[in-house]
Amino acid sequence: MNSSSHSGLPQGGGPHGNIVQFENVGLRYGMGSETLSDVTFALAAGSFHFLTGASGAGKTSLLKLLYLAQRPSRGVIRLFGEDVVTLPRHRLPGFRRRIGVVFQDFRLVPHLSAYDNIALPLRVAGVEEAELDLPVREMLEWVGLGDRADARPATLSGGEQQRVAIARAVIGRPELLVADEPTGNVDPDMAVRLLDLFEALNRLGTTIVVATHDLHLLSRVRDAQMMRLDKGQLADPTGSLRYPPRPPAFSGQIGVAMPQGKG
Amino acid sequence: MAAVKQTGRFRMLRWLGDDRAAASARRRLLPEGRLAGPMPWIIAIMMFLTILAAALAMAMGQARGALGSALAGRVTIQIIDADPQARNVQTQTLDGRLRNIGWIAAVHVVPETELAEQLRPWLGGDPAEADLPIPALIDVDLASGVGGDRRAELSRIVKGVAPSARVQAHADFLSPLLSMLASLGWLSIAIVVLMVLATGAVVVLAARSAHATHRGTIETLHMMGATDVQIARLFQRRIALDALLGSLAGFTLAVPVLLLLAQRAGALDSGLIGAAALPPLAWPALALFPLGAVLVAAGAARFTVLRALGQTL
Repeated sequence: MNSSSHSGLPQGGGPHGNIVQFENVGLRYGMGSETLSDVTFALAAGSFHFLTGASGAGKTSLLKLLYLAQRPSRGVIRLFGEDVVTLPRHRLPGFRRRIGVVFQDFRLVPHLSAYDNIALPLRVAGVEEAELDLPVREMLEWVGLGDRADARPATLSGGEQQRVAIARAVIGRPELLVADEPTGNVDPDMAVRLLDLFEALNRLGTTIVVATHDLHLLSRVRDAQMMRLDKGQLADPTGSLRYPPRPPAFSGQIGVAMPQGKG
Repeated sequence: MAAVKQTGRFRMLRWLGDDRAAASARRRLLPEGRLAGPMPWIIAIMMFLTILAAALAMAMGQARGALGSALAGRVTIQIIDADPQARNVQTQTLDGRLRNIGWIAAVHVVPETELAEQLRPWLGGDPAEADLPIPALIDVDLASGVGGDRRAELSRIVKGVAPSARVQAHADFLSPLLSMLASLGWLSIAIVVLMVLATGAVVVLAARSAHATHRGTIETLHMMGATDVQIARLFQRRIALDALLGSLAGFTLAVPVLLLLAQRAGALDSGLIGAAALPPLAWPALALFPLGAVLVAAGAARFTVLRALGQTL
C-alpha cells in the first residue's frame, strides 16, 4: 500500500506512485443531474483496471475525464502528479501525448489510410518519417492488418477499424491507456490477442483502464483490478482503488519498437 | 574522400526525402480538395479587381504629380490691348522686366505665328488679316517653390505695365482636374482596402467552414496531443496555398487588361491621358499584391482557427 497524505490520498506520479487520483469528483452536463458523483480513487502506475457498470452508469464520462476530454464540475483530478482541473489549456497537449485512447466509436480519420491513422500520434509528437515506418508496419502486422495498410476506414470492417484504433492508441507507448469497449467488435481470438497486447504494454509500465461489458475478459488478466460504476458512483468495497496495491515488477517485452517523439 | 562525399550526399538526399515525406504526411491530415471549393476562384476575382483598382490609384497619382509639377508654376499673361502697337510695346516691356526677376525661371513670348496656327481651326485663314485683335501671350514659369504671394506680386508688376492684361495661373483652372484625379486616386485606394478586408472576410468564412467540416478530425488530433498551433498550421497552409493559386490567377488576368488599356491610352496621343501612365515601379509593386493576399489569407486563417480552437478544451 502506498503512503498517504493528510488528505488520505497518496501523492506523486512516479513509476511506483499513483498515476491517477480522483478526489470527490463530480461531473454534470449542463443543468442536469450529476452523471458522476463523489468519485474518489487512485490508480497505481503500471496497474491494470477494468471499468464495468451498466449502460448509462457513467463509464464513458469517467474515461473522458481520464483522457482530458472533459473537465469535472467539482473535485480534484491529478494525472501524473499534477492537478489537471486547473491546468492551463495550453499545457493539456503535453499530458494528452502521455495518454493513449481507444474510443468506443473508433474516431478514425476517414480520409487517412490505416497506416496513416496509426502513424498519427507519432506525427503529432514530431517523430521523423524515417523512424515511424517500422513501428507502424509492425503494429499493423500485430493487429493482423499488414495487408490493409492502404485501406481507408470506410473500406474496413467494424472489427478491423477497432484494431486500427487500438494500434493507434498504443503505438506511442503511452503511460496511461484508456480503452472504451476495445473488444466490442472483434472475434474472441482477436479479443484475446488484443488483451495480450494490453498486458504486454502493462508489463512495460503502462497503466491500463479498460471499460468493458465482457466479463470473460476480467478473468484473463492476472492482477487486474475491477472498478464498478453504479449510477455515477464508484463501488470500491475493498478499498483497493482508494489505496491501490503496488503494481507487479515490470517484465516482458512488446514486439514493437517504440520510437521517441520530439515532444 | 569520394566515399565521404557520397555518404554526405546520401544523408542530404535522405534528409530531403524525409522532409518531403513529412510535409506530404502533414498535408494529408486534412483531406485534399484544392480548387474544389469556391475560395480560390473568389480570391482570383478579387485579386483581378484589386490589381485594376491599385493600378488606377497609381496612374492617378502619377497623373496628378506630373500635371501638378508641370503646370503648378506656370502663369500665362494675356495682353489684350486692342492697339497692336501698344500691345507690342507692353509685351516687350514685360518680357524684358520679367527676365530680370530672380524667382522667375523662364519667360516665353508666344510668337504670333504660333498663335495664328493654334487659332486657325476656329477662325480660319490668318486671323490678323481678318482684323481680329489677337492677344499677345507670355508664358512665365515661376521658380520651384514659389508661392501664391509671388503670383500676386507678378500680377502687380504686369498691371503696372499693362493695366488691361490678364494674369492666369494654370494651377487655378487645373485645380478642379487635379482635385478629380485625387478623388479618383483615393476612391481606388479605398477599393483596394475594401478588397483586402473582403479577402480577409472570405478567408475567415472559409476557415470557419473548414473548421466545422473537420471538427471530428480536429477533436481526434486534439486528443492525441496536437497543439492548437499544429492544427491551425494545417488550415493556414491549405488556405494560403488556395490564396496563392487564386491571387496568381487574378494577377495573370489583370496584367493583359492593364497592358491593353496602356496601349489604348498611348494611341490617344493625349497629354492628359499620357500623364496617367503607370510609373516604372508600379509593376513590381503590383506583383507584391498576390504575396500580400497570401499573407492576409494565412493570417486570417490562423487567427480564425486559433480563436475557434480556444473555445474548446
